[in-house]
Amino acid sequence: MKPEEKMVDYLISKYNYWVYIFLMMLGFYAMMGKRNLVKKLIGMNIFQTAIILYYISIGVKKGGTLPIFMEGAPRAADYINPLPHVLMLTAIVVSVSTTGVALAVLLMIYRRYKTLEENEILKSIR
Amino acid sequence: MNTLQTQAVILIILIPLMSSYAIPLFGWRWKGSAFFIALTAIGASLVCSLILLATVLTKGTIHYHLGGWLPPWGIEYVIDPLNGFVAVVVCIISFLVTISSKESVEKELPEKKVRFYTIYLLLFTGLMGIVVTGDVFNLYVFLEIASLAAYALIAIGEDGAPLASFNYIIMGTIGACFYLLGVGYLYIVTGSLNMADLAKLLPPLYDSKVVLIALAFFLIGTAIKMGLFPLHVWLPDAYTYAPSAVSSFIAPLMTKVMAYILIRILFTVFKPSYVIEVVPVASILSWIAAVAIIAGSILALAQRDLKRMLAYSSVSQIGYIVLGIGLANKMGLIGAYLHILNHAFMKGCLFSVAGALMYRTGRRNIFQLHTIHRKMPFTMGALVIGALSMIGIPPTAGFFSKWYLILGSIEAQNWVFVAVILASSLLNALYFFRVIENVYFEVSQGGLKEEPVGDPVREVPLSMLTPIILLAAGILLLGLYNERIISGILVLALPRGF
Repeated sequence: MKPEEKMVDYLISKYNYWVYIFLMMLGFYAMMGKRNLVKKLIGMNIFQTAIILYYISIGVKKGGTLPIFMEGAPRAADYINPLPHVLMLTAIVVSVSTTGVALAVLLMIYRRYKTLEENEILKSIR
Repeated sequence: MNTLQTQAVILIILIPLMSSYAIPLFGWRWKGSAFFIALTAIGASLVCSLILLATVLTKGTIHYHLGGWLPPWGIEYVIDPLNGFVAVVVCIISFLVTISSKESVEKELPEKKVRFYTIYLLLFTGLMGIVVTGDVFNLYVFLEIASLAAYALIAIGEDGAPLASFNYIIMGTIGACFYLLGVGYLYIVTGSLNMADLAKLLPPLYDSKVVLIALAFFLIGTAIKMGLFPLHVWLPDAYTYAPSAVSSFIAPLMTKVMAYILIRILFTVFKPSYVIEVVPVASILSWIAAVAIIAGSILALAQRDLKRMLAYSSVSQIGYIVLGIGLANKMGLIGAYLHILNHAFMKGCLFSVAGALMYRTGRRNIFQLHTIHRKMPFTMGALVIGALSMIGIPPTAGFFSKWYLILGSIEAQNWVFVAVILASSLLNALYFFRVIENVYFEVSQGGLKEEPVGDPVREVPLSMLTPIILLAAGILLLGLYNERIISGILVLALPRGF
């Protein structure tokens, strides 16, 4: 195998990590770089979703089956790992409630300053 | 171990959690009940935490398996001397601060009392949960409970509070997500979420890059959450604009509990040898902390707003705690533990005083407080004790934690840190004497001395004054009895191998 092919192979075999890192950085950029508060919130959501995707992808096994007990079922090693998925149920709840609180706070901000642009709000505070 | 002592582990969380749901139920009909339910719940937790600490010190570590599931499969709550100690600190401070919150909530948020105490108890539940749990993912859940409650409480403050809260949400979420990623990476390599189990499974994997990345994520996550310089940007605004009752609750406790997480991760989940020798994390942390101490003090010096000044001083005090953790020797760690306790009392006292000033005068500008000691002698006396302790003048508590930190730096042969601690004490003296000077002496700055409109300024009501005086007395007592606390509790709380 040529070095380039090895590299490509490496990239493809771990593609779930690349997807999550890309999404995470996208969300991170939106949170840090954008001046509009709603865009920041959307960035935060992408960021959290990226981590959820990462967790789900680490539970997957090639050729694994659903973690449900069946008659004549495969061995334990053939089941996919359900634990990261269960953890993510909690993380999804957390993410939803964070979004809820953030939206409520944004509503308060909008009622007070009539805008959601950070620069304009900072101007009217000073 | 009898049942009460074992059950206290879960009751410490269950009582405030259930009470927080009882508050809207009863508060819907009787508004005044909200405060009493909250106070009773926190008081009950305080009793539980004292029972736990006493049990831990006499009979050793307590394990509680939730639902009877054995670790590492089930969630386990573990009380050892370290978190028994932190739990007692959190409970005592919360109890005192809650008493003083009654009047200020009555004045600042009369309509929102019921909702306020509901969220307030949820925040307390989250903090207690973080302290007692022995499971890294469970810790994340409690971390988010505490953070979400804190976001909401900060947002109900004055002008500027919603934006401060939103920035905190963004930063706090990044911190919590990094923590979660750290948990994920450890789970990939070990398949476990239990702290004790992780500590057993990790040592053979110390060469792995995955473990290193996990540690990095944990560190950045907790550093954001506790406002370690330069990741502190959310902290000053959040503390300044929050209602006084909230800032005197969050400021002493939130960052201390986050520092506790850092200690747990560095010295329980990972072995001290890993963070000291394999990767020089500890020494990197202590250098960052040294920068934080100086930068926080200098930034505090530039403030005119009392609460904002205290917030920046928190940034610098967090630096002390992290410095002690980073020194990673016996004296340094004792200094860090002692500073968690002392700083909780000092900041609780000082923020309560700031709340009392807001309550009577509506002022926070330190240049508008001339001769206020004639009107509020006891409150200002507490301010002076708190300030002296922040500077580190014996016999106040602050002196002793700094003393141990200096001993730790000398033991580590690092003279720069000694200089940093001394220099920062000097800076603390500068910015606190500026406040004391303005409070006690007539400074010719005409035009600012007029009486605030409305009620004449006088001493705050007894329910606010008593906790302030108790906190101030606590600072003195902690100073006088520090030896007993150290030899009785803190030495036992040191990680193994120290």
